[in-house]
Amino acid sequence: MAGINRTLFDLDTLDLLAYRDSVVHRLDPRAKLLTTLVFIVCVVSHGRYEIAALLPYLIYPMALLILADLPAGYLGKKLLLVAPFAFFIGLFNPMIDHEVILRIGSQPITGGWLSFGSIMLRFTLTVGAALILVATTSFHGICFALEKFHAPRIFVMQLLFLYRYLFVLIDQAVRLVRARTLRSHRGRGLGIKSYAPLIGQLLLHTMDRAQRIHLAMLCRGFTGEIRLGRKLNIGRPEVAFTLGWSLLFILFRLVNFPWILGAWTTGIFQ
Amino acid sequence: MSHHIVAVDELQYHYPDGTRALNGVNFMITHGESVAIVGANGAGKSTLLLHLNGYLTPQRGTVQIGDFPVTKQTLQEVRRTVGMVFQDPDDQLFMPTVMDDVAFGPRNLKLPEETVQQRVTAALEQVDALHLKDRPPHRLSGGEKRAVAIASVLSMTPDILVMDEPTTGLDPHARRLLIRRLDSFEHTKIIATHDLDLVLDLCQRTIVINDGQVMADGPTGEIFQNETLLAGSHLEKPLRMQGCPVCGKVESD
Repeated sequence: MAGINRTLFDLDTLDLLAYRDSVVHRLDPRAKLLTTLVFIVCVVSHGRYEIAALLPYLIYPMALLILADLPAGYLGKKLLLVAPFAFFIGLFNPMIDHEVILRIGSQPITGGWLSFGSIMLRFTLTVGAALILVATTSFHGICFALEKFHAPRIFVMQLLFLYRYLFVLIDQAVRLVRARTLRSHRGRGLGIKSYAPLIGQLLLHTMDRAQRIHLAMLCRGFTGEIRLGRKLNIGRPEVAFTLGWSLLFILFRLVNFPWILGAWTTGIFQ
Repeated sequence: MSHHIVAVDELQYHYPDGTRALNGVNFMITHGESVAIVGANGAGKSTLLLHLNGYLTPQRGTVQIGDFPVTKQTLQEVRRTVGMVFQDPDDQLFMPTVMDDVAFGPRNLKLPEETVQQRVTAALEQVDALHLKDRPPHRLSGGEKRAVAIASVLSMTPDILVMDEPTTGLDPHARRLLIRRLDSFEHTKIIATHDLDLVLDLCQRTIVINDGQVMADGPTGEIFQNETLLAGSHLEKPLRMQGCPVCGKVESD
């Protein structure tokens, strides 16, 4: 029970972050969405053994964390929560790829370990950037931006409904789980046997609600198309933000700064 | 315009499983009236309300809203005339922010965006909720949700307001505010409720439904004095009309 309650609370925290006010929060959602996309594309397009070239990208999430005054600890925890996915994707690389690519001192580093490290770093960068996007733009802000970018309408609407009813659904689930827990004794009645009808109940409730929502929509003249009609503003700050960061990411993609820095420092000592 | 009458004539409806929900309901509500529809659970109130906005079409009998009988062809006009406020505001507030939600109806009417904004502001002001306009619905209290749900219907400028249990889940203060607000509206009001004290405050006329039929239809004061009728319909006198639990004195209006 505490688990699901905590999930709700956590989701709430992320949602609330988006209602803060900062330079980053005030930017048009489209600017942030586009910049995040460029960021992700640049990060993932690097070679699979690349680690050093990815390090400069850390500046983007860090700068946003500071500018938007976001709690780094909280977002870090969110990142850790999904980290196992990336971990298991990269896990087998060190076992399969034994080719030694570089040495640190006398320690040989295989391609497997390098690509594993690269996957984890990319995961941190991309998921981190996505989390920061949600925390500074709000989920529905992103949806409005998607709509303006002419993403398929049905997709945008699905996301908006998901966002709206996730809270209602979790609330309902919490109540069901609580009702079950309060009537179980010494762990009896908590097993999979009662779990199945519980999920079934939730599904039935959801279908009933969907029907009522549809009815509410029909009552207000819904004819199959939802009109958002939201006005968004692209001004100088948005252009500067998007262009500035995107150019920087492309530069990071084309020029391996850590390598140049490394070559330069070793050059000095030679 | 025949002044927004609501005429229900010999209305019958049974659900696919055979349950007879409405068994020949008759009544006529005229312009500006405020009418309560009361009855036991399962008496057919909700089914009746669903006929008033054309969600259900009569299997027998007719429903007429203003100049139009409710049929598939007149649905759009009927739904513009009849504003329906649902029991659970969570069902009604489905858009990401309060403003988008209140604008949903007017935008469907394809009004120019300026008019939409004017209507949204006016509707939210009517329920004292303009300050909530940028909030997402899941960040509203029960009373606020209810107010916004009403605004989302008002923005369609309906002539008739139909409400299903408007006071469920509200704290006494929010309930009182809602009653005052509804009292200030000049629309024709049809309110299905178990809150009989609200009926005393808002509705001059009461229709009692039992087993899918109209048991009684008349002035609220008279209906609530008829204890046999109330008991037969699983109802009881509003608390205000019952004696004081301490001294037994009955409030006289």
